[in-house]
Amino acid sequence: MSASDLSAREISHPATAPGENLNLEIVGDGAFTTADMTLSVGPAHPATHGVLRVVLEMDGERVKSAHPVIGYMHRGFEKLAEHRDFRQSMALVNRHDWLSGMSNEIGLVLTVERMLEMEVPERAQWIRMLCAEYNRILNHLLFVGSYGLELGAITPMFYATRERERIQYLLEAATGGRLHYTYNQPGGVKIDLPKGFLQQSVELIPDLRKRIQDLEDLLLGNEIFMARTKGVGPLPPDVALSFGVSGPTLQATGIPEDVRVTEPYLKYDEVEVPVPVGENGDSWDRFYCLLGRMKASMYIIEQIHDRIPSGPVNVKLPKMVKAPEGSTYVRVENPLGSLGYWLESDGGRTPWRLKMRTASFSNVQSLPYLLEGTLVPDAISVLGSVFFVVGDVDR
Amino acid sequence: MILDTVLTTSTAMVAQTAGLLDTDSFLVSMLLKVALVIGLFLSLPLIVGYMEHKAMARLQHRRGPMFAGPAGSLQLVADGIKFIQKEDVIPRAADKWVFAIAPGMALVPALLIFFVLPFGPGVWAADLELGLFYALAITSISVLGVMMGGWASANKFSLIGGLRAAGQLIAYELPLILAAIAVAVQAGSLSLVGIVESQATFMVAGTDINVWFVFPQILGFTIFFVAALAELSRPPFDMPIADSELVFGYMTEYTGLKFAMYLLTEYAGMVSMSALMVVLYLGGWQILPGVPLPGCEAGGGLFDCGVLGTLIGVGVVMGKILMLTFVMVWLRVAYPRLREDQLQRMSWLVLVPLSLVNLAVVAVAKVVF
Repeated sequence: MSASDLSAREISHPATAPGENLNLEIVGDGAFTTADMTLSVGPAHPATHGVLRVVLEMDGERVKSAHPVIGYMHRGFEKLAEHRDFRQSMALVNRHDWLSGMSNEIGLVLTVERMLEMEVPERAQWIRMLCAEYNRILNHLLFVGSYGLELGAITPMFYATRERERIQYLLEAATGGRLHYTYNQPGGVKIDLPKGFLQQSVELIPDLRKRIQDLEDLLLGNEIFMARTKGVGPLPPDVALSFGVSGPTLQATGIPEDVRVTEPYLKYDEVEVPVPVGENGDSWDRFYCLLGRMKASMYIIEQIHDRIPSGPVNVKLPKMVKAPEGSTYVRVENPLGSLGYWLESDGGRTPWRLKMRTASFSNVQSLPYLLEGTLVPDAISVLGSVFFVVGDVDR
Repeated sequence: MILDTVLTTSTAMVAQTAGLLDTDSFLVSMLLKVALVIGLFLSLPLIVGYMEHKAMARLQHRRGPMFAGPAGSLQLVADGIKFIQKEDVIPRAADKWVFAIAPGMALVPALLIFFVLPFGPGVWAADLELGLFYALAITSISVLGVMMGGWASANKFSLIGGLRAAGQLIAYELPLILAAIAVAVQAGSLSLVGIVESQATFMVAGTDINVWFVFPQILGFTIFFVAALAELSRPPFDMPIADSELVFGYMTEYTGLKFAMYLLTEYAGMVSMSALMVVLYLGGWQILPGVPLPGCEAGGGLFDCGVLGTLIGVGVVMGKILMLTFVMVWLRVAYPRLREDQLQRMSWLVLVPLSLVNLAVVAVAKVVF
């Protein structure tokens, strides 16, 4: 029996369908029978940003239960990292969450540097921060655009893409990459910022602030947007913590958790990091936090402009970077939440084991809780506002 | 052809004012009318579609189609050629006949409504005494095609889309009709030409200032516009299609020509609903309230316009249709999509009571003044 036959059998009306295959629920005196429908949203569906599959058990348009099925994009990064040295691994880790390559690289590079107890030049740390914040804005812009798309507003995507293009142009000038930068290396960054980079960056921020205000006007205060997101998929703080949810999704519940503040790395202890928080943890709050984090990033970038020192940007590395025997765990604030790398080394040039704790994986955990009892359109609204990248879930 | 036979035999649907295409020979005038309707049906949706492409692009900082024809104006023709070349895929589990008939079922009513729409002085195929009734009745048939497509596709997304479309139609038919009835009451006629005529002679009470029905019935116009959007499944009421939820709703399994037929239905619907609004509320082919077209003599400057007057009149109607469709496009660009239950609530709790109030006010005012 082929797949199309199967779908036809499941779709058929209770009156004509073979009864034993249907989970019939008799309502009242049996005059009105309904059957549940299993709807497989994904792995190829417009609302799942990639290949997440969510199996919905539905009663009419109401979701009775939801089961995320992950693994369609498992690429084995943790295993692959065991066969690459630390510089080569940069090209691996900026791919598992392809929207936050810079933050991922920084996460791994910090882990390695902590193992090696390496002194990193000041300027390199500030440059890393600058690029990471730009990367955060890039990531959030895409989610702002695609969230609008999921709610049926097509324009935010175009606006967001336009701003993304400008930032990518800037980062491309510094790193040569638009998505996968491979810019960091143990001990610093590959090369210094090009001439005029900071000037362009200073000029970009006011523009960006204006454009993000446009996006905010277009969505956040829109009556239909509010009707679609206010009170939809509320996530209580305790549930969020128990699932290990982090990032904007956690901040929306009212918990001002941000690794940059609670456990500062690089030079984040020397700048002011505003953390937006929501009230109810619903979709609107999650989106609000996303926009708030972009504004915070711009504020941080402005502070970096004022404070970035001159000097060398990397240290001379030996031919082979070998981490000493032992293990360490480093957390960084990825755009989507808290990212952790646990590195176990046997003293060789490759990791013995590299475990990734990714934000998207934990965020997706909360989907069954959030989707239960919602309507299909609300389910999409929740799915888009939990903020995950499928590559980051499956790794 | 069948339609004309019905028209000549039935007593209720008598053709009233003769249009320009009514000649002494029945056959010639019939051919002319069919040519007019088919021509408009195949060209206006393309013009509106091109306008949508370009307007959306401009509003979103894009350029839109640029390469097919001058400034991309032939993009939709190119799309049509592409649709013809596509493989006609019918899912194995689909109900083949229903699946094949459904797009036609949606398309034909969208075509039939063009028979009664006046597009200028004398430019109409038939002016029925019950023109408004006919137009509203015909538009409701389209949803059958949508439901058939949704059911026959053997796809759950299609099924949900089809059912949503049906629910939406039931909810929004009522405010649409109630708003239109208020116009009919004010005009004292169900003939679309008659309604245009009565707008040309409608004065603000106690003065000789001519106004269109949109001014006394701004509420009714708003209701009609919103309900028309919902009937056409245009954003922000496009839940039957809802690409982020239902992939493409009832059109998910359709490809090629059948898909093109559904698309044509949507754009023809935009045109015909806009044309209805122009006739009901915006004074038909009058340029401004109380300003007759150049060269027009009979009927307060509405009929017998000569070549220039007729052309200007047609141009005015097209301009108004394009304006209304532009507003529809604008809404699509600016707004996210509502939820199906919110849409139903809005219809039953807001639009239906408001349209009843509107009808009552209009009826009382009609008697008092």
